[in-house]
Amino acid sequence: MNVAAASALCVHEVRKSFAVPDASATSRLAVDGISFSIAAGDLVSLVGPSGCGKSTLLRLIAGLDFPDSGELLVDEEKILGPSAERGLVFQDPNLFPWLTVRRNIEAGLVARGVLHEKRHEVDEFMRLVGLGAFSSAYPHHLSGGMSQRVALARALINHPKVLLLDEPLGALDAFTRMRMQDEVLRLWENRRTTMFLVTHDIDEAIYMSDRIIIMTPPPGRIDREIDIDLLRPRDRTSESFLRLRSQILEHLHFAGKAGDVSA
Amino acid sequence: MRTQPESDGVDLTDHRSTLSWRAQLAVPLAALVALAIHLLFSKRAPAVETHSYKLLIYEIVGVSIVLAIAQRFWVPLRFWMHHMCPIFTAAMLFLAVWDVVTLGFQLLPLPYFPGPAAVLRSLISDRALLLDSTWHSLALLLSGYTVGVLVGLISGICIGWSAPVRYWGMPLLKVVGPIPATAWIPLAMVVSPSAFVCAAGLIALAVWFPVTMLTASGISNTRASYLDVALTLGAGRTYLISRVAIPAAVPNIFIGLFMGLGASFLTLVVAESVGVKSGLGWYVSWAQGWAEYGKVYAALIIMAAFFSTVMTLLFKVRDHVLVWQKGMIKW
Repeated sequence: MNVAAASALCVHEVRKSFAVPDASATSRLAVDGISFSIAAGDLVSLVGPSGCGKSTLLRLIAGLDFPDSGELLVDEEKILGPSAERGLVFQDPNLFPWLTVRRNIEAGLVARGVLHEKRHEVDEFMRLVGLGAFSSAYPHHLSGGMSQRVALARALINHPKVLLLDEPLGALDAFTRMRMQDEVLRLWENRRTTMFLVTHDIDEAIYMSDRIIIMTPPPGRIDREIDIDLLRPRDRTSESFLRLRSQILEHLHFAGKAGDVSA
Repeated sequence: MRTQPESDGVDLTDHRSTLSWRAQLAVPLAALVALAIHLLFSKRAPAVETHSYKLLIYEIVGVSIVLAIAQRFWVPLRFWMHHMCPIFTAAMLFLAVWDVVTLGFQLLPLPYFPGPAAVLRSLISDRALLLDSTWHSLALLLSGYTVGVLVGLISGICIGWSAPVRYWGMPLLKVVGPIPATAWIPLAMVVSPSAFVCAAGLIALAVWFPVTMLTASGISNTRASYLDVALTLGAGRTYLISRVAIPAAVPNIFIGLFMGLGASFLTLVVAESVGVKSGLGWYVSWAQGWAEYGKVYAALIIMAAFFSTVMTLLFKVRDHVLVWQKGMIKW
């Protein structure tokens, strides 16, 4: 399979460092030598401990930051800045509190000046995320799960080539989280949007993705990539699921830790 | 309910069916007390002065009795009366005390402290001039406030958004802004083509500073993640400023508008009493010049009503614009 030819997102030898404010003339390397690509329509996860540069990488792909060296391509085109073709959903839904649910979902259309032609899609996306009844509610009336659904609809209405998800379910309780994982999968299967999911929840990554990229700190480098071939819907308690889980934990150097301590 | 006649909102359901006799009769009784006190002491006052005051109290007694009957048939009125009764009662008792202290025992020196009847008499006899003064003050206030707000919003948005403008604008704002607008009067009188322009300019200056300061801080404190989200939704600079930064700054902007309004009242009164030959501020110093303190208090009463009405209107606008905050903050 020629991945490069069909890749929606391609990251090549990307390196990014930040100035350290209190130490002069030194900078901290956040990510180094990152290369991977994602085929169109795939759902790929990036896992790694906190501080390994996951969010830095996501901001680079979103175009909100620029790499020191290396290249980022979407559909063979170089990323030069933020764009509606790369939607971004954060852990905090970041809904505009002064807009109603409907107007939040419309925001992307208004920003691109296409609200007039695409107004009919607003209802479609509100139905898609099951928020038709909350059209005129303000964000602070919504629960965490509902807010995140609005954020997903707001990003998806622009039909992005890649949807970037920065720990989108990280702030939700365990039950809401599992329900929302199915919700995101349903949206993905329904629209076949390429998704790049950053998470620190290994179960979530295995449950949802076609492939998992493991990053290690510091600086953030790709340790390895693991294809997940399990059929969907996946059983979180199946033997193969648990085997993958311990395999990934091992790569993150957590497996055997308990043994070390007891020894 | 009997122990807490002043409580509002929470126990309104108790009053859905009935308003206590005490609440119904509090205002007319307090008014009658004020009337009795006035009749007792008014022999010394000129008859022409006491007439209109007595008439006013008769009217209050009449209206409050009519309302007490009408509330039996109209529920919203009952809620309103339940809420307002203690305040009106206190106002009537205040009139009575004022009468006792001034007309009754003359505890306060004349002519500086006339009784309520004398003030009311001044209010009525000079109503044409007072109305005209109010009109002039309103015109001056509105023109100065509008200019100050518009300029303040523009400069605040520019300073808050653009780093170069902030670099040059902020020092100017910090140095010039805190000077009270009234301190510019000597300069303003020389520069301005007319007294009206001079006063309006001073009011605008007084409003400009807080509006600019609060708008700028609101804009520059916009959460970066809102801007990031907007950028990934395809927003350009116009959208970022007008649809993200400005709405995010609106709660702050309103604080600036309120502070500016307070400063504008102050500047209005001072500017009118030194330069402009019209308006309520001028009226007060003119009446004081003739030692007609009844008129001074009459003008103060008009000012209180006028300024608080303007303030209430601004509150209404805020409640409408910031309706999305309802439930987020203590409303």
